Formats: sequence, structure tokens, C-alpha cells
Amino acid sequence: MSNITVNKSADPASAPQLSTLRQARLPWWGPAAPLALALIIGCGGGALIGLESKIQWGLISAILFVVFTYLLTLKVEGRRQAKNQLATSLVWVCFLLAVIPLASLVYETVDRGSTVLDGYFLGHSMDGTQRMLAGGGVYHALIGTLEQVAIATLIAVPIGLLTAIYLVEYGRGKLAKTVTFFVDVMTGIPSIVAGLFILSLWIIMLDFSYSGFAGAMALAILMMPVVVRSTEEMLKLVPNELREASLALGVPKWRTIIKVVLPTAIGGITTGVMLAVARIAGESAPIVLLVFGNPAINNNPFEDAQSSLPYYIYEQWQNGNEPSYDRAWAAALVLIAFVMILNLVARGIARWKAPKTGR
Amino acid sequence: MAKRIDVSGLTAYYGSHMAIEDISMTVEPRSVTAFIGPSGCGKSTFLRTLNRMHEVTPGGRVEGKVLLDDENLYGSGVDPVSVRRTIGMVFQRPNPFPTMSIFDNVAAGLRLNGSYRKNELSDVVEKSLKGANLWNEVKDRLNKPGSGLSGGQQQRLCIARAIAVEPQVLLMDEPCSALDPISTLAIEDLVGELKERFTIVIVTHNMQQAARVSDRTAFFNLSAVGQPGKLIELDDTERIFANPSVQATEDYISGRFG
Amino acid sequence: MDIKPTSPTSPPPQDQPPLAVDKAGSTGTAARPGDRIFLAFSRGSGIALLVVMAAIAIFLTVRATRALTKNEGSFLTTFEWAANGAHPNFGIAVLLYGTVVSAVIAMVIAVPVAIGIALFISHYAPRPLASTIGYLIDLLAAVPSIVYGLWGALFLVPHLEGLYKWFDDYLGWTGIFEYNDGTPRSLFTIGILLAIMILPTVTSVSREVFLQVPKMHEEAALALGATRWEVIRMSVLPFGRSGIISASMLGLGRALGETMAVATVLSTSFDIQPSLLDSGGGTIAQNIASGFKEATDVEGSVGRDALIASGLVLFVLTLIVNGAARMIIARRKEYSGANA
Repeated sequence: MSNITVNKSADPASAPQLSTLRQARLPWWGPAAPLALALIIGCGGGALIGLESKIQWGLISAILFVVFTYLLTLKVEGRRQAKNQLATSLVWVCFLLAVIPLASLVYETVDRGSTVLDGYFLGHSMDGTQRMLAGGGVYHALIGTLEQVAIATLIAVPIGLLTAIYLVEYGRGKLAKTVTFFVDVMTGIPSIVAGLFILSLWIIMLDFSYSGFAGAMALAILMMPVVVRSTEEMLKLVPNELREASLALGVPKWRTIIKVVLPTAIGGITTGVMLAVARIAGESAPIVLLVFGNPAINNNPFEDAQSSLPYYIYEQWQNGNEPSYDRAWAAALVLIAFVMILNLVARGIARWKAPKTGR
Repeated sequence: MAKRIDVSGLTAYYGSHMAIEDISMTVEPRSVTAFIGPSGCGKSTFLRTLNRMHEVTPGGRVEGKVLLDDENLYGSGVDPVSVRRTIGMVFQRPNPFPTMSIFDNVAAGLRLNGSYRKNELSDVVEKSLKGANLWNEVKDRLNKPGSGLSGGQQQRLCIARAIAVEPQVLLMDEPCSALDPISTLAIEDLVGELKERFTIVIVTHNMQQAARVSDRTAFFNLSAVGQPGKLIELDDTERIFANPSVQATEDYISGRFG
Repeated sequence: MDIKPTSPTSPPPQDQPPLAVDKAGSTGTAARPGDRIFLAFSRGSGIALLVVMAAIAIFLTVRATRALTKNEGSFLTTFEWAANGAHPNFGIAVLLYGTVVSAVIAMVIAVPVAIGIALFISHYAPRPLASTIGYLIDLLAAVPSIVYGLWGALFLVPHLEGLYKWFDDYLGWTGIFEYNDGTPRSLFTIGILLAIMILPTVTSVSREVFLQVPKMHEEAALALGATRWEVIRMSVLPFGRSGIISASMLGLGRALGETMAVATVLSTSFDIQPSLLDSGGGTIAQNIASGFKEATDVEGSVGRDALIASGLVLFVLTLIVNGAARMIIARRKEYSGANA
């Protein structure tokens, strides 16, 4: 908003009339000076008094910055402008407050994770490795995660897709309303509750053993509503004219859906599915209850305990020693990389295949 | 109350694209000036430079002078917020605040500019709604949301909202293009009454409307698509429609293009 | 010009699910076999989803009942969780308190900040910066909770000690901000961590809503001579209110049910601390995850069923939160005139 070419003001002869539109304004250094001052007092003062945590320094500076800019604007520009300035400072402070922990999270993971992450780490399991010593790897957990997520996807995507088709293409009346409502409810189910459900049904009542498959079922429950929601949105974007054109040619409805509607929306649907996959890949709570953890490689997801990346991180953290922490960070880095790649690819597809709605 | 606008050498950009080039004109106080011209000729853009609304569009940039009784709106130290308070605007589509009642919509501008006592506020609201010929239709439901009114009533509500802060100038950007003929007539009548108190600038696509409501008419045109729009001529409405001095104006008015 | 098949010349009406085309196909009595099979499959999937939901409620209730009948303490008031022995004695009070308090702290911190960031992206930041930040925030929403847990335990906790001492110095007199030295693995720490975790979610939903505010409402305020903040107060926030509420509820649901991040950071103890800063306490989800291994080891105990009973409470709690959010949004819709 500030990129106006400012002309030299009108000739001084008309000066007396200028009062209504003119406002005393802060000079260009307006926000910069209070910022510098706040930082100096916050950090300098913090260091002088000997406040231990840098978090305090930051908080003091932030509060001082907001107060200084407010007072300065109030003095120079008046009450309304000061309020406006207060909002602006607060919004900036919010942004900075949030960026710091999130950036630190990413930095820590990359920094500490890269110390032990190498080919050996990715290619070996923890079988036979002493918990207290360095060594071992994440291979068994990687296999576990891939298998569990694949099975969950195979269960959840067909059901989710068909449900979404039902809701958009056929849905009306009570059943559709009920399904819509419960899809919403299901989105809010905590992952641990989904885990408990499979635990009571599959392991306690039906007496199956802990296995990757049990975990995958719980993950599928978490994945289904996400797939339904995103697919629904995408199907709704398909213009009605396309359906009518196909039906008018005498194509049966189900073939219209398969040959016309789905291909049109396929980009968005793929994106939704991949985002859902990325979400469940990081779930650890159901794994604790259902897959149970296993330091050795178990390639069979249908029998006996497995591991998974999130579970592995938790397990290594519980060991409570430095080599284990290193392994935990490295596994976290692998997991984040996995999730981020899925996300980036999904968003890439979305951008590439996006219906040109312009939003 | 009403002030004169003097524009000289005004050029407006969207990013690097020049939308209107080197426009100079004078808008007389207590009169209605209509802007006509083919789509995309920059008349709405020009209107929005008159109260510094153009610069809120991303990339929007203005060069030149707009004098409101000798005071340059683009002079250094001028606060765009005060400019917009002094020069009111009515938009193409009626845009009452959807979460506010009819009363609050009219009072919105006043509340921004200071605290008013309750009865003081209701006086101004009543006066403004009467000024917009809307009072009789809404006086029983001032606390209902403004979005519940018909399109024409909503537009008059927006006019009431704009005149409640007693602006010097009222800019209207195709105020009737979203309305039916009867509501259009009501707004046109209203414009005729309001010019007693305000300087009015109205952009319109409808040449009959320009002929009916305005005292002076400005014709804008562009030489080709992608070229900046320019002011072709500005004159008394009667002359523009009866005997324009530029051939392009005559072609446009007689329907030979545009 | 754009002849892509997807250009939505007229998207189907969003708030009326039955599309116009449906009349042509679905209920035709002489539907083809292909149509009938396809409809059966898709309707079946919808029903399967309902069955799963019902099954969750039923199975949890059945197992929970078994545990509750054997419980020798009172499920609501006992401050203990000893469910694995021959004389099970356990209660939800401490866990429920911890769950609700930590989630509320998270909300109090996260929602205003998230709204701030969302406004920053939609109305304050310079353009290129805004879209980059929006993108990064979306990516951060995908960071797995266990990673937050690891970061919380190994990075955040050590850095909070100074802050808590400071709180203790100035706010200790309130009682709830008293800090007796120790590791700050407390409910307040959990609240901060949960706030950081739900921040990206709440931000990206709110930003989405703020960006949808019709330009003409903002211009209406601008043309009256409103400052940027007044534009936000007059047209952006009222328009986005129901969106903010649903975003917050989404965050609250996630905070209530968060398991691993809490299990990683909190040091559990079965009593309710008067101070939020002192370590101890527990949450329902965390207790399930940390107590699970132990509960499976004992033959014939009700340990696992007791955990399932607590899970049922969590389930009901999240249902209430989601239901409330839905009702608030539905009621707001009537007045917001979003159609205007």
C-alpha cells in the first residue's frame, strides 16, 4: 500500500486549508526505532540481570516493541492510528513468536538427525544391538511403516472413494445426511481411540495376535474420513454439464461416473489421498497398542509384532541415553522427509492437475 | 459542503501495466458528472483514483495530482484514510456489512470517527436513511440484518451509509448495473436530490442514464486492447449527446461501436 | 479460451447435495444392472462407515463396562490408577483434569496467535512472502506428533526452566504459577507444546476463511475511511467468525486426543497439582499409551479394559467438542448472511 508516487505538495499559498486531509505521520523509521530499542533492552537487559532463558529475552523484547510502537503512534498520529499500529505490531509479533519454535523444530531435527543418518542406519535393524550403545538402524521400522500404511491405504481408499461418490452423485435423504454427519464426527476421533477399538475387537475379542495388520486397520479408520472429505470436495468441482453431456449420449450413470467424473477429478483425489497417507504415516498411538514393537525385521505384516518409524522414535527416546537419542532424531528426520516428500508431490499434482477455478 | 475536484496529469498503473494515461479534468461542485465509455477504458479505475481506493488493489499505483479545492490528495502527508472519509463511494454491487443490522450499517462510518451518544446517532441514521429515500421502508426493522433487503434497497442502504459521514464528494461506480429498472429509477431520482448537497461522480454503462441524471458527461476511450484508457472529451451532457466535438464520441453514442 | 474439461462453467450447487442429474439416473426404476451394482457398492461403503462408528461405540462400551464392574474404587473420584492387580482401583479424575487443562492452555495460547498469523498471511505480509509462509505452515501441519514430542522433551523442556522461575517470581502468588525447582515436565509445558502443534492447523483453516472474505465487504469499510485494523474488525473478523470457531474446535479436538507428544514429555503422577508449572499430572491418551505394556503383562487383569474405559471417556469428550462446534457454526450461519 505504500508504493504511491508522492508528489511534491501543492504550493504553500494554499497551506491554511490543508488541515482536513493531512495527518501527522511517523517518519520512515517509524517501527524500526522501537524495534531496535526493544531488542536492546530485552536482550541487553536480559543478559545483564542474568535471565537464563532466551525465551524471556524474546518475550520482553516483543512486549516492549508493541508498547513502544503504540505509544509513539499515539503521540504522533492519534488514537485511531495508534490502535491500527497496535494491531499491526501484534500481528507481526504473533508471526515471529510462531516462527521461532517451528523453525527450531526443523533445525534441531535436521541438525541432530544427520549425525547418524547414513546407508548403514537405513539398511539395518536394531536386532542384536545393545540399547545403550551406538549402532543399529531403522530398516525394520521403515519396512513396518511402509507395509502398514500400504495396507491401510488399500482398505481406506476404496471405501472412502465409494462413500464420497455415493454422497455426491447419489446422496440424498436421511442416509446421506447421516453419513455426512458421521464422517465429520469420525474426523475428530483421536487416534488412540481408533487403536483401542481395534484392540478390543481384534485382539481381545477375536484373539488375534499383535500385528502390522491390526495397526493398519486402526490407521484405515483414521484415513477414511479424510479421503471421503477431500474426494467429496473434488467431485463437487466437476461441472454438471459434463455429466449431462455424457448422460445425454445414452451412457449409463455408473459408466458416466467412472469414465467422465472420476477422470476429471483424479488429480485432486490423488492429492487428497496422498495427504491422508502422509497424515497416517506419522501416527504412533495405534501402533503402540496394536503392533507392539519389535527390534528385528518382520516382513510379514499379518503375523507377530512389527515396528514402525514413529514407534521407533518413541522407543529410542524411552531408552534415555545419547546413542538412542541420536537414533531417535535420525528416525525423526527420515519420517519427516518421508511425510514432506509425500506432501510436496501431492501439492505438485494438485497444482499441475488443478481445475482452473481460481480461488 | 461540496467541493470541486481538479485532476491534472493523472496516470494509474496495475503493476507495470498502464491503465489510464494523463487525464486532466475538472468536476464542478454540486453537480452530477457522468463517466461513459466502452468496457475496459479505465473509467472505474479513474473513479477509484479520486478517493485513493485504486492503491488498495495489489500493484495499484498513481502518478499525477488530484486537487480537492486546491488540496492535493496525493500530496505528502495526506492520509488516505481521511481522504476516503471525505470522499464517499458507492459500489457496483450493493455491499452492506452482512453481520450488521440496518441501523449499524448506516452508523458504521460514524462509529469509526468517534463516540456518539445513542440518540445523536439515531438522529443521523434517520436523517441519512431519509436522505436515501429508504426510511419509510425500513423504519420498523432497523435491527434486522441489512442483507435481508432487496437489491435496490441494499444499494440505497449503501448510499445512506456513505452520506451519513457527510462527505464532500460522492463517487458511484455503476450503482445500478446490478438492479432492476424500478430500483434503478429510484436511485436515479435519489441522485437528482443528492446533487443539491454533494458533488457527485457516477460511472455508468447506460447512456440513457448518463443523459437523464448528469449535468456534465466525460467520454473515455482506449485506442486498442492493452493500451491505456484516455479521456476523450468532457462537456455539458446536452452537448455531448447532441453535438459532440470529437468523432469517436459521436460514434460511441450513436452506437457505431462499443 | 480455456477449453480444459474441468473449467467449471457451473459447479453443482454446493449446499444442495442432490445434483440435478441425479433425477435422470439413480432412482429410475428400470436401472441397468451395472447401475444397480455400482449404487449398491457406493451406498454399502457409506453404510460400512456408519457400522464402524457404531462398532467403536459398542465395543468400547462393552469392554469398559467389564472393567467398571470390577473396579473397587470410584471411577469418577479415585485419584489412582492401579488396574492391573487382583483388586483393581482406578479413577479418571486426574486424567480428565489433565486432559482438559492442558488442552485449554493450548487453546488460550494457540488461537490468538494463530489468528494473528492468519491475518499476517492474508492481510499484512507482502505478497510473495505471504504465499511462501502459507505453504510452509501447511507443511508444518503435517509434521508427525512424535517428532514434536521428541523436540519437546529434548529441546523445549530444558529451555523453559528459566521462564518458569520468572513466572514464579512475579506470578507465584496466584498459586497456579508457583514453580518449585525440578524439571518442568508439567501440564503447562504440555499446553505450550500442544499449542505449537495445533498452531499450523488452526492457522491454515483461519487463513483459508480470511482469504474468502469478499473483496466488496472490505472495500465497503475502506471507502468509509477505515484503517486496516478497522477493516479487519468490521468485515474480516465477522465474516470469518464461524470459520475461526471451527478451526479452534479442530485444534481443541487434536489437543484433547494427542497421545505421543504428551507421553514423551510429561512425567506422570497421579495427583492434581495446584500449580500448573510443577511437574506431574497426566492425560487420558498419554496414560493409555504409557500404561499399556504393563497392563498386557498381567494375566486375567482388567488393566487393558480399564484403559479402554478411559478411552471411552475421551471418545465422548471429543464427540461433545465436535458436536458443539457444529451447532455453533449452524447457528451463526443464520445470521451471517453468507449468501450476500
